[in-house]
Amino acid sequence: MKLISERSKQVVTAGDARAVVCDRPSVAGSVTQRACTFCGSRVVLYPIGDALHLVHGPVGCAAYTWDIRGALSSGMQLHRNSFNTDIRETEVIFGGEKKLARALRELIPVHRPKAAFVYATCLTGVIGDDVEAVCRGAAAEFGIPVIPVQSEGFRGTKKHGYSAACAALTQLIGTGDTAGIGPLSVNILGDFNIAGEIWTIKGYLERMGVEVVASMTGDGRVDDIRRAHGAKLNIVQCAGSMTSLARMMQEKYGIPYVQVSFFGLEDCAAALYEVARHFADQAVLERTRALVREETAAVLPVMAELRRDLEGKVAALYVGGAFKAFSLVKALRQLGMRVAMAGTQTGAQADYEHLKELCDAGTILADDSNPLEMAAWLAERDVDLFIGGVKERPVAYKLGIGFCDHNHERKIGLAGFVGMAAFAREVHATVMSPVWKLVPRRARASGAQP
Amino acid sequence: MLEMTPATSTERTALKINPAKTCQPVGAMYAALGVHGCLPHSHGSQGCCAYHRSHLTRHFKEPIMASTSSFTEGSSVFGGMANLQQAVSTIFEMYDPEIIAVHTTCLSETIGDDIPTIIGKCQNEGKIPEGKVIVHANTPSYVGFHVTGFSNMVKGFVKYLAASTGRRSEAVNLIPGWVEPSDMAELKRYTAAFNLPTIMLPDTSSVLDAPATGEHSFYPKGGTTVAQIRAMGDARHTLALGAWASSDAAELLTKQCEVPHEVLDLPIGLAATDRFISALAKLTGTAVPQGIEDERGRLVDVINDMHQYLGGKKVAIWGDPDQVIALTEFCRDMDMKPVHVLTGGNGQAFEERIKAILADSVPGANVKQQGDLFLMHQWIKKEPVDLMIGTTYGKFISRAEDIPLVRFGWPILDRVGHSYFPSVGYTGGLRLATQLISAIQERQDRDAPDHAFELVM
Repeated sequence: MKLISERSKQVVTAGDARAVVCDRPSVAGSVTQRACTFCGSRVVLYPIGDALHLVHGPVGCAAYTWDIRGALSSGMQLHRNSFNTDIRETEVIFGGEKKLARALRELIPVHRPKAAFVYATCLTGVIGDDVEAVCRGAAAEFGIPVIPVQSEGFRGTKKHGYSAACAALTQLIGTGDTAGIGPLSVNILGDFNIAGEIWTIKGYLERMGVEVVASMTGDGRVDDIRRAHGAKLNIVQCAGSMTSLARMMQEKYGIPYVQVSFFGLEDCAAALYEVARHFADQAVLERTRALVREETAAVLPVMAELRRDLEGKVAALYVGGAFKAFSLVKALRQLGMRVAMAGTQTGAQADYEHLKELCDAGTILADDSNPLEMAAWLAERDVDLFIGGVKERPVAYKLGIGFCDHNHERKIGLAGFVGMAAFAREVHATVMSPVWKLVPRRARASGAQP
Repeated sequence: MLEMTPATSTERTALKINPAKTCQPVGAMYAALGVHGCLPHSHGSQGCCAYHRSHLTRHFKEPIMASTSSFTEGSSVFGGMANLQQAVSTIFEMYDPEIIAVHTTCLSETIGDDIPTIIGKCQNEGKIPEGKVIVHANTPSYVGFHVTGFSNMVKGFVKYLAASTGRRSEAVNLIPGWVEPSDMAELKRYTAAFNLPTIMLPDTSSVLDAPATGEHSFYPKGGTTVAQIRAMGDARHTLALGAWASSDAAELLTKQCEVPHEVLDLPIGLAATDRFISALAKLTGTAVPQGIEDERGRLVDVINDMHQYLGGKKVAIWGDPDQVIALTEFCRDMDMKPVHVLTGGNGQAFEERIKAILADSVPGANVKQQGDLFLMHQWIKKEPVDLMIGTTYGKFISRAEDIPLVRFGWPILDRVGHSYFPSVGYTGGLRLATQLISAIQERQDRDAPDHAFELVM
């Protein structure tokens, strides 16, 4: 497989002594699967259901992020609407601040949100709108937090957007009353309640006797986030997006954090035990043991049965952050599958080193990949399953390969023990589907067609 | 989720809620995908390209290939020249397209990157391999809407490539407008039925409806070739379908290559298809082939057979101006009442045209350009309709108000079929009519009390 020459150091195979060079911008001209700062901020803050999310920029930024993330809310659904200042040529010349102020005035009294987030975009950044000043004015006028998000797309990749979103959250945290928060309390950071996953995790924590103060941001609520500084521990699930917030809360409020993953039996159990051990409470530990025992026992037979078919099948994955990649490699191994390729959009060097240890020798590890490379690897390694997001799905299908969305468009919760069973069923359903044999390349390979 | 929509409209001067449009670059990307061996290139931040690719993928369920200049904070200050130069090298080295179609974004427009100069520089520095070309279009997101970007990109191809050699050919140029790959294939079927040599630009058929072979083809076999676009300058006539999407390129062909042009409505529905077919008959000087007459007859037959289901039904329509104009006329001709008609796109001509179409049948219709779906919802709350026709985004209103929705236009994110079965022409009209009839009949069945529940309809 020929690589863009600048990219040659971004791809290695496990067992190779070379380190993956990563954390660098995509080469201009590549068909990168990555997005921008705005995208990063938008996906992180979007699930807060009782906040107003106003995109200050041209219509596209608002239109493409209108309800694309299956982040479920148990109540208010204000976040699922698309609010936009629809910047036009006039504002490009004369500035968009007045329009932004008017937009907030037209929105806040009507919808009475608990807080408003105003997302800056490339355009409003480059024309120099003082979004912060307008937000300050609106906050004073309406008496709710109106928080600017510095998410101009050109600032960098999604990673920068995550930081900007975390910075916005820090403006809410610490402004609420923490009375009544017990000693066994946590915040969940970096779960976005895709397909209801945070409800699964919250359910486990409740059974352990641990109180969840705020979830950031899946099924998130402004008032909960305002009192998040009262929690005694932060559980960081999506490390890439939320570690910076956890660090900030540690510095400012002395709240320790643990980085965990709830994907896969091993990691999920490890996550819950880590929380239990942190509190050093015998009763919590006992309840956690019981929970893990019970949940695992329910899931293992399902997996054992599915594994019979999946043993020896080959998978490839391309995901946003590295933590998800770690979990997926382990989860796939539990299903008897081999990983031929693992890539991430935003992994760091240490992450790739860890991936190397996790993966079998020969596994391709790629930072910031593109469809040309991926399609070649998928065919070369005769992969049976590809795990990725919206842009990866049709590539897999064109090649006649099973696919599992582990991104915004997943419809079935994959977190937790029940999520592992769901994952196993989904993987099994797609890998074992007879439809791939209808595709000429796979039909030839299986000998079904000359 | 839409419980927050109040029935009474308040004045909104600075705000769009639930847009019925998106920005120019995605239209430019769609148009460029209809050129064979073309890699669309987004000159801006990475997110634009990622969003456009994702959105097109959601609509077509196909891989969408496009590259980006990957702007950084530095490029936003110093300009994106270095990025585009690097991009050109990378693209030809890695992806080996016949042609790169650069479109700009709000960012590169605002900082003032001069694309022709940069392309010239690439040329001088030998970055463009022999026989390969780069074209561009200016597509600032803060002007117009997604159809403007489509129009600008098609115009860009014409501007860079179409040339007159002085010898007129027998060919006719056809600019199909923003329609589905299936529609483009159908339009070619019609011109073939008239034995009319045709160059269609763009042509996304066999690109965005590519068959599954088990191989990933970076450049699928369809698309207008560069040679064909060059030859457009020698054509004897241009038919442009849809004023918003196609008239600019047709006008440029007249100006640049003296190819006469006419602008027709998108041939959606009976009357608009009649006008398209008679234009083909006039151009070829032949009678309409019997097969096409028969297709027309079938459409009329179904409209007549089922008129009691559609007659008098109130309908709300939104989408892109060219589509909505044709649909409104079609609905009117089937005796439906389009009471709410809206586009997110801009152009006063839209309101004038719709009002003219509805002058006799629905004189009090709500008509709006630069509207949004929040407004559409408010209209529907005040005056409910029997049926909604529009994009997937209408499903929230459909659910909130319990009104059936027939999906039409761009984007359709939650159903398949639109890219495989045409809506243009008589057969396309038949498909549309059956969709509308089925939606009404399904609803009638669902709501009928036991005693009125009918086996035969």
